Amino acid sequence: MTTQLKEWPLWEIFVRSKQGLEHKHCGSLHAADAAQALEMARDVYTRRQEGVSIWVVESKAITASNPDEKGELFDPAADKIYRHPTFYEIPEEVGHM
Amino acid sequence: MSAAIDYLLHLADNALVLGQRNAEWCGHGPILEEDIALSNVSLDLIGQARLLYQLVATLKGGECTEDKLAYFRDTHEFRNYTLLELPHHGPLSGYAQSDLDYGTTIVRNFLYSALMALLWEALEKSANADLAAIAAKSLKEVRYHLRHSRDWLVRLGDGTDESHARVQASLDHLFPYTQEFWVQSPAEAAAIAAGIGIDVTTLRADWDAIVDAALAEATLQRPAVGGYISEGKQGIHSEHLGFLLAEMQSLARAYPNGVW
Repeated sequence: MTTQLKEWPLWEIFVRSKQGLEHKHCGSLHAADAAQALEMARDVYTRRQEGVSIWVVESKAITASNPDEKGELFDPAADKIYRHPTFYEIPEEVGHM
Repeated sequence: MSAAIDYLLHLADNALVLGQRNAEWCGHGPILEEDIALSNVSLDLIGQARLLYQLVATLKGGECTEDKLAYFRDTHEFRNYTLLELPHHGPLSGYAQSDLDYGTTIVRNFLYSALMALLWEALEKSANADLAAIAAKSLKEVRYHLRHSRDWLVRLGDGTDESHARVQASLDHLFPYTQEFWVQSPAEAAAIAAGIGIDVTTLRADWDAIVDAALAEATLQRPAVGGYISEGKQGIHSEHLGFLLAEMQSLARAYPNGVW
């Protein structure tokens, strides 16, 4: 027997803009299934021509890092500026990287 | 000229009246996302009506404006299908907000969008270039309206016992009003003769196919029709249009030429 949900599941919405190269997270909404989430995302998040493509992902499918572990996860990168590719010139033919 | 005006008013009034009806859900939608979706549909329809009224105003010339056409004509001058002016519930229901039935809204939007998806496509070839351009713009919009209403029709029809029963009741109530689509009015005949309009009876088989496929998927029964055929497109309306117009027109009539 399938359990009946009292509320529709939550979905995270990612939209790619006309100029954008990647889908960016823009918010979330409730929908019964993925197809409906896509339809609703069109109405809720692309009313002002924000996008040319939409992805939807059920929120529970996302595993997030713990904000309390921010220090140990991210601070050690702070003093390693040599990891930024700012010490050499990119040839113009390469274009966007 | 007159043939074009009467025909354009029919198309414009269809869009405006349904746009105004659907706007009743604004702020009252069953869920937030659906509230926004239906308001978007309304804004598309009102946008179509504006383009058509502007075209009529240009053809009429003189003092005529889109606002005069929308806000200063009375019930008998409106040329919309009766289907589009009916309230969001079955016959003999109350008028409270709680009586609004989303199934009725969805069924109506589906039946009308299925027609307009075909009619706008055909009107892209109208001899009137302005109407052809409006048709091209409106076609994209109505394809989405059809997708939205069809999706909900299937979800409600093939949903719970209650949603199935309610949406079937809405279908039984509204379906007879689609008979009006297929009875040609003098205004339509004149517009067809002038090459401006489309004979919708040529679209009937395609409309039937769209409707039957969706109803089958939604596990709904197509109602048998017969009896009274509504004549809203000839200015003979139900008792409901007057109330709709009163609400829509009262502000413009109380403050003529008001701006903000």
